[in-house]
Amino acid sequence: MAVVKAKLDQGPPNYKEMLPPIITENYGKWAYHEIPSPGVLKHVSESGAALFSVRVASPRLVSIDFIRDICVLADDYCDGFLRFTTRNNVEFLVSDEAKLNPLMDALKAKGYCIGGTGPSISNIVHTQGWIHCHTAATDASGVVKAVMDDLYEYFDTMKLPAKLKMGLACCLNMCGAAHCSDIAIVGVHRTPPVINHDVIRKGTEIPSLVASCPTGAIRPDPKNKSVKVNDDKCMYCGNCYTMSPGMKLNDARNDGLAILVGGKTSNARSAPSFSRMVIPFLPNTSPRWPEVVAAVRNIIEVWIANAQKGERIGEWVERVGWERFFSLTGIPFSDMLIDDYIFSRETFRTGAAFKY
Amino acid sequence: MTEKKTPLLDELEKGKWPSFVTEIKRAAVRSASAAELLPLLERSYRERIGHWKHGGIVGVRGYGGGVIGRYVDVPEDYPNLAEFHTVRLLQPSGWFYNTKTLRTVCDIWEKHGSGLTNMHGSTGDIILLGCKTNEIQPIFDEFSEAGFDLGGSGSCLRTTNCCVGPGRCEHACYDTLDACYNITNEFMDELHRPMWPYKSKIKFSGCANDCTSSIARSDCSVIGTWRDTLIIDPVAVKEYAANGYPIKSQVCDKCPTSCLTYNKETQELTIVGEECSRCMHCINMMPKAIHPGKEKGATILIGGKSTIVQSAFMSWVVVPFMKLESEDDYEPFKELMRGIWEWWDENGKTRERIGETIYRLGMGKFLRETGIPPVPQMVFRPRANPYVFWNQDELDKSGTMLDGSAL
Repeated sequence: MAVVKAKLDQGPPNYKEMLPPIITENYGKWAYHEIPSPGVLKHVSESGAALFSVRVASPRLVSIDFIRDICVLADDYCDGFLRFTTRNNVEFLVSDEAKLNPLMDALKAKGYCIGGTGPSISNIVHTQGWIHCHTAATDASGVVKAVMDDLYEYFDTMKLPAKLKMGLACCLNMCGAAHCSDIAIVGVHRTPPVINHDVIRKGTEIPSLVASCPTGAIRPDPKNKSVKVNDDKCMYCGNCYTMSPGMKLNDARNDGLAILVGGKTSNARSAPSFSRMVIPFLPNTSPRWPEVVAAVRNIIEVWIANAQKGERIGEWVERVGWERFFSLTGIPFSDMLIDDYIFSRETFRTGAAFKY
Repeated sequence: MTEKKTPLLDELEKGKWPSFVTEIKRAAVRSASAAELLPLLERSYRERIGHWKHGGIVGVRGYGGGVIGRYVDVPEDYPNLAEFHTVRLLQPSGWFYNTKTLRTVCDIWEKHGSGLTNMHGSTGDIILLGCKTNEIQPIFDEFSEAGFDLGGSGSCLRTTNCCVGPGRCEHACYDTLDACYNITNEFMDELHRPMWPYKSKIKFSGCANDCTSSIARSDCSVIGTWRDTLIIDPVAVKEYAANGYPIKSQVCDKCPTSCLTYNKETQELTIVGEECSRCMHCINMMPKAIHPGKEKGATILIGGKSTIVQSAFMSWVVVPFMKLESEDDYEPFKELMRGIWEWWDENGKTRERIGETIYRLGMGKFLRETGIPPVPQMVFRPRANPYVFWNQDELDKSGTMLDGSAL
């Protein structure tokens, strides 16, 4: 066999080879779109051509068998083309309207979930969790699965007040835009790393380990040929564990999850906003995290009951006031929800007008 | 080998939402490492603790990143996970695929890895989860031959991504798919060979709906906009009215600048163009009747990142409007980015994102030293304190009273 030699810097595959003919022909000429039914988008071109996209749920962590299965469906109904969305769902691209219903029937028969369009929840953008990340305070895929099973009625319908974009980050590095989601679930560590001096002495570059700490909590300990941690300065980020397995951060008794709400990234109506912490800690109850599932459902149900049509969660809370959010949801308030990090002052109420 | 039963994970095969546990089980049929991932994950579910560690440099010849080393912390119990590295592949713009390309990914990954993937990672890449160290170079060689390239990792330009853009969206104000492809290819060296203080990301969104969440997730957000006035199709407005669509309450009353007026008698919708902030609300509500203006381009924002270390930042405006209609228009953008990265490279501390460097040293210094002109669109409101660090070289340093006598 000839030795294959890699070409360097050739870049991504050319997207032009990945577009179905209807898109190549109508590229940049789309006039408008409609949502004929939940999970189905109809884009109409200036030429009158119509493209139907059927959105199907994905767990994001998928086997090559899953990919091969959706390829068979795309070959049968979509001339061999499909795409993935920014929120990790699959979109089948149907250019022949006659194939739309047969595709939907085939998808349903095989158990695929169609939905995630318009005022619905599309999927929860999430991280690796216990499947593959070293700093995870919780699993990601498992929490997402449990929450999406519970919220399924809001995936395959369009009955929410507005879009619901959720994110889950499995530690406070917050990969995956959880910090600007309508509802964010965030894994939290709460205890400083436990140092294993033997492991550190065996092969850790002490200067790199010291430099990895964002708050300067780690100091060299020359006597021990190891390091010391100033526990008061530790923010539990796990950067030191990335540098050395001798800085174990995982703590089964104290790790858990926090809930933040009210973020968005769209500019529609109001400026993009950060999610705000409303529940500082829930226990890590694997395998189905009932406390997290119940907390998310409560927030969504109170939002549905109180929001005006078209109001994202953050827009609703900002209209009624955060003090009303707590009284309406019954979520207890605590000092942990008052910012004491860098940009705290702008969150304090510097006015005398508020509600009870 | 450890216990094969996975009662806790099996609970996650119940319910309507597609199950990742089922996916791991499918991969486990043909992959020893995927098969061992099940009992390892079951153990994490039982102990409520993760079992992975970082460390140990892995990679391919010629690149400084693209593969992330991953090792189980109990290799004696899970020998097939002793090395379980992640490979990142650059995805095609907009995550469009033909099935031939997807099958190629599957075939190569079946041969060399666990058969598990993320379609896609948070940054945008195709993520191939789990391979041994000695497979990395063969994986890259074969993917390279098939037309793929590695994505970014470490202190480099990370993999870029973009929204569906003009491929399937009427709102796109520039060609996000082409801009992403062209600009990614321009910065291959920056992407494959980490040389900066920390990571840096670019995301391309075609309009202010920002479907890639670029403002939250990228150091440089390129968000489509227009500079003239949005276009109202009066005939289509009448159609919405005829269908009973509540134009006043759902569109005009929710316009943040109150620039739209609807006359119920004449069924006419009018706009005061100078007052419109181009937020996309009315266009989202009435896509058949309201369209972005003709003079299209993008707003360039800098600084977005997640929480570590100095809190989460959203990108802020540095160039309110830049034309991005053709390849020639990409040049000024590339020049701008080169200048910004160079400034950051000179001034940034290790593990400091560009937004944090600008915050620490001040927007004024950043703008002066990169030559970007200050404009009011950069701020929600001006400063409330008088502590301007005046450039003393620009002041009268003669040291005398107005009449010329000594101070």
